[in-house]
Amino acid sequence: MTTTATTQPTPLNAATYLTRSNAVAARELAGEMMIMSATDSTLFSLNETATLIWNAADGKTSLRDIVENKICAEFDIEPETAYRDAESLVTNLAELGILQLSAEPRPQSQPRATQAQS
Amino acid sequence: MSLITDLNRKALDRGVPLTVHLDVTYRCNERCEHCYLDHDGDGEMSTAEIKSALDQLAAAGVFFLTISGGEPLIRPDIFEIIEYARSLRFNVKLKTNAILIREKQARRLRELNVEQVQISVYSHRAQVHDGISKVPGSLDRTIRGIRLLKAHGLKVTIANVLMKGNLDDAEGVRLLAQEVGAHYTLDPTITPMMNGDTSLLRLRITSEKLRNVFTDSTLVGNVEEFCAPPTAIDEDTLEGYPCSAGHTAAYVSPRGEVFPCVQFPLSCGNVREQNFLDIWKNSPQFTEVRGIRGKHLSTCKSCSHLGSCTRCPGLAWMEGNMRGPSTADCEKSYIRTGIPTANMLSRGFTDASAFAAPESVVSAAALIQIQPVR
Repeated sequence: MTTTATTQPTPLNAATYLTRSNAVAARELAGEMMIMSATDSTLFSLNETATLIWNAADGKTSLRDIVENKICAEFDIEPETAYRDAESLVTNLAELGILQLSAEPRPQSQPRATQAQS
Repeated sequence: MSLITDLNRKALDRGVPLTVHLDVTYRCNERCEHCYLDHDGDGEMSTAEIKSALDQLAAAGVFFLTISGGEPLIRPDIFEIIEYARSLRFNVKLKTNAILIREKQARRLRELNVEQVQISVYSHRAQVHDGISKVPGSLDRTIRGIRLLKAHGLKVTIANVLMKGNLDDAEGVRLLAQEVGAHYTLDPTITPMMNGDTSLLRLRITSEKLRNVFTDSTLVGNVEEFCAPPTAIDEDTLEGYPCSAGHTAAYVSPRGEVFPCVQFPLSCGNVREQNFLDIWKNSPQFTEVRGIRGKHLSTCKSCSHLGSCTRCPGLAWMEGNMRGPSTADCEKSYIRTGIPTANMLSRGFTDASAFAAPESVVSAAALIQIQPVR
């Protein structure tokens, strides 16, 4: 059976893998990730939670793992609530082209998520 | 507050060098008659040294990286350098004459997600442009490069340096930019060479001609706003800092030397010998530069133009005092507004013709980007 997955947006669920887009520039400043799109020069500022997701979006870690191992470990929040919030956030970031979604892990190397020294 | 203003404020508050201009070579395939560089390739950083410098810049928090020269594409490793810079997530802007841009290079720059390419065009007429670049056929090759970059979806800015030889062609270049879908910036600043040779200043357009430029709405936009008299000096202006050099911006030369700005040749250290962040945080030169506030400027603190002048601390330093005025910018403030500056008055100003930037100045005047790049 053939699949049309390559032409359809990947549906977001707990098993979805997140990958940082190569089309953006990024630098963390004061706990927030600054993102600039190379295609339209739009500047974004990610809050602490979104920054955490961005840094964890290596193409090999699922949204479920990011929520359970990163967000819930960092913040005092119920997993269900955290997952719901993260899903909304990830949907938004994917629509903006900042994150890419895939049903399978992406093993290729990713640009590093550089964090400035203090 | 816009996001970019907020970003700059955060960087300033935390002492982060948000922006760095990196010249990867001084060698060039053009010989532009107004160029301030010596085109000497001696002592250039190797590929590995540039990658090490980029690692240091990323670790220091640099976000906006301008890669320039000389002609950066003259280096065979330029795409390796850009690829490495992008792997470190810099926002990369490339300054080039585009002569070496062919289909392959344009495609690669797009693939690497270079955010912007800035290209100098002196005239829409080959006779004038090639006469300034000293390379026959250069305008045709530059325009071909621009079209290829645009065809691949890159953002291109045409920088039009204005001098006596191309003064009448600004409108032609602006229309050319419009035709090819590029942004347009105008820069009427001609600077002395880095080795101190001031002979280039003969190319500067006269005050009278500069006034014509400053009152041309097709070039400066809202003339009334651009030429508006300065507003009253307030506490914020006196406590403010003169420009981003040394505060959120720095320059790294092809030899690894670190300066506050490409137009402020005060050496602060070398990334071959010392980590960039260490230089940025601890060099006495950077410390002195970033300690200067409006209230510390010897003549300018009492000048009505203090809040709106394009005063260049690098030029002031080369005039002998980094807390003093930069005379070429005094002239521009006067030409824009018709109101003499404190520096002019202290020197016995009587009329415009009696006041002109000294040709003995050994530095660069502030870049005036009449129309913002972004």
